[in-house]
Amino acid sequence: MLISDQASGLRLQVRDFLAGHDPSAMPRLEFLRARFDAGLAWVHYPAGLGGQGLSRSLQAAVDAEFAAAGAPDNNPARIGIGLGMAAPTILAFGTQEQKQRWLRPLWTGEEVWCQLFSEPGAGSDLAGLATRAVRVNGDGEAGDGENWRVSGQKVWTSIAHAARWGLLLARTDPDVPKHAGLTYFGLDMDQPGVEVRPLRQLTGEAEFNEVFLTDAGVADTDRIGGIGEGWRVAQATLMNERVAIGGGALPREGGMAGLAARAWREHPEARTPGLHDRLIRLWADAEVARLAGARLRQQLAAGQPGPEGSAAKIVFARLNQDLSALDLELAGADGLRYDDWGLRRPETLSFFGRGPGYRYLRSRGNSIEGGTSEILRNIIAERVLGLPAEPRTDTRVPWKDLPR
Amino acid sequence: MTTTTDDSAEGTRSRDAVPDLRYSDAEEQLRAVVRDLLADRSPWPDVLARVGAGEADDLPLWQTLAGDLGCAGLLIPESHGGAGASYREAAVAAEETGRAAACVPYLTSAVMATTALLGSGDDLLAELAAGRRTAALAVGFAAMPPAPAELGAWAERPWPVRIGQPDERDGSGVARLTGTVGGVAGALAADVLLVPGDGVPLRLYAVDATEAGVRREAVVSLDGTRLLADVTLDKVPGRPVATGPDAARAVARALTAGAGVLASELLGVAERCLEMTVTYVKERHQFARPVGSFQAVKHRLADVWVAVAQARAAARYAAACLSTGDPDTPVAVALAKAACGEAAVLAAQECVQLHGGIGFTWEHPAHLLLKRAKTGSMALGTPDRHRAALAALVDLPPPPAAG
Repeated sequence: MLISDQASGLRLQVRDFLAGHDPSAMPRLEFLRARFDAGLAWVHYPAGLGGQGLSRSLQAAVDAEFAAAGAPDNNPARIGIGLGMAAPTILAFGTQEQKQRWLRPLWTGEEVWCQLFSEPGAGSDLAGLATRAVRVNGDGEAGDGENWRVSGQKVWTSIAHAARWGLLLARTDPDVPKHAGLTYFGLDMDQPGVEVRPLRQLTGEAEFNEVFLTDAGVADTDRIGGIGEGWRVAQATLMNERVAIGGGALPREGGMAGLAARAWREHPEARTPGLHDRLIRLWADAEVARLAGARLRQQLAAGQPGPEGSAAKIVFARLNQDLSALDLELAGADGLRYDDWGLRRPETLSFFGRGPGYRYLRSRGNSIEGGTSEILRNIIAERVLGLPAEPRTDTRVPWKDLPR
Repeated sequence: MTTTTDDSAEGTRSRDAVPDLRYSDAEEQLRAVVRDLLADRSPWPDVLARVGAGEADDLPLWQTLAGDLGCAGLLIPESHGGAGASYREAAVAAEETGRAAACVPYLTSAVMATTALLGSGDDLLAELAAGRRTAALAVGFAAMPPAPAELGAWAERPWPVRIGQPDERDGSGVARLTGTVGGVAGALAADVLLVPGDGVPLRLYAVDATEAGVRREAVVSLDGTRLLADVTLDKVPGRPVATGPDAARAVARALTAGAGVLASELLGVAERCLEMTVTYVKERHQFARPVGSFQAVKHRLADVWVAVAQARAAARYAAACLSTGDPDTPVAVALAKAACGEAAVLAAQECVQLHGGIGFTWEHPAHLLLKRAKTGSMALGTPDRHRAALAALVDLPPPPAAG
């Protein structure tokens, strides 16, 4: 069947659903749960898990139909980590029970997810992380029981203060080389062994947190993937993160390029030849990046994933940084002011709700979070171009014997 | 064939929606055939020998590509003996000619001159489609395509070739053309020159390149794989193929399509440079390691790969817009020509650098690609000229000139 016919069919389904579920007459959460159960949450997910096993490209038609009817959405900006990283990881590696338990409240936003990967001592070298998970007996002593006990410190954790679950990567075997001793869990954040403290950034706000884990408990049934397979599962999460950061369909001038273009049009007094040269280069690069993103999504929708996703995040970071710098300069004297240094703890990240100074500062993080641009270049060079790895001393010896 | 994408599920396309930017199966098949031919008939030693001897196009190769493979007729409707394909297919063939730095007048005859004739339905199209004749547009290769809004003023500026009176031997409509056009690409291989003749209105004439009054002087060209020529006409009879606004549009379209398809050719150059360099740095050992294992080298090649991946989307978008006559075509061509030109130059410069000493020699083909990349990026509008055009198209006006 043609994609356009399937889209028409889905639109009819949405209308039928809306006829039986008036969004203005029922509580928001009930409406979202019913939408999930009707397979209209994410149509590319399997039937029974909020979808219908269709092409991902059809989701836009469904979302547009719900939006046109004034139906509430699941506030995707607030649950971006759940939607963009936790859900695909659970779908790919979770058990049937885990999918049934986690995906519905994840999608409706009842349960927010955060990502417990980075540590003070493990940034780019994520596989070197030190947070320990020990399997314990019913009495809490090390053994081979049904639970794990976790201790360590995580950092750079967005929205941990609102999260019910954390995607946890922890070391379960320090006696094997670093990549082999990791295991992946879903950690219940709502327990005494989990302490979340705001981590203030150079923007003044605390979008991120530090998470201290002290004998926190995890049931073995909340393990995602096999023991010692955590690295492989984490790779899937990270790849989805990079697609989420670099991707997303936008109209022309829909991103930071639009802000800079508007500033240029509204402030003729700020125009100089040098700024014009920078602006038009960046505008062109941003439009080309938008086309490249569209091409990548076309490939994904056709089941032909290409390696171009690795390029998207590098380009996005550079463009955001250069465009926000230009936007700030175009603000003239106002560019020397800042909107708010208060220690805010936002639940969503929005570049557009703040001033150009904030955008300039926040964009510095774009080339660090979710894999630095340097690590991404290594990934492109080694996995896409097939260039040899640098000689390494840390991959064959047991983790516990590595210098720290 | 029905193609549907996530961004344009139905209805008319807005500038925000994006047409299918992937390669179709048919396009990939065309690519494979052209690549095989060029690998077989245009290997590096042959191209190097041709460039070293200062020889122009490889006409036997062009005969096979144009006639036997049908590449000359890709843009020509079936009613005129062509393949009735589109700029999407034409752009894929161009990628391959770029990859091989092939010495063939594909861009100049099968794309530019053909586009100039498409609106006229001239009988010459059938000759071009069959590969029996080869044409070139007598406009300098450096020419920037005009902005649609400035087409009238562009057509009325002075052109280098004047229209004179016919003499008694000439048929009706024939004029005598006189003048010199500098730096024309594809002229040396052409049997027919399409010459814009000065005057209000502008006219476009077909001129037999073997006429006595036609002199084509090969220029010592920066790119030896695509020799330019200075073309001098001395009272040469010309047959009009388009007049007035039709002529202006025909020449403008030829330049715009030429720039858009040249972007794809440059994409092919960039890809070949990247592949060649990656292969080399895996093999070349220094300090008892492949040089490709050094992070400084890896990061540079990763940046080239990123630039190529971006440029590909721009090149495909230009080809798609040209194919459907999309109103966004001027924007698409400006984006693609700027992005692909810069990607090709980056890839070619890195190719020379990362090959080290051998990359600086005449015997190594890196310089063929470098010269093709740099001249291609400057031809039909430099990246900077295209960005300036883009600024006007998307309402980002430059500051008033100082002084």
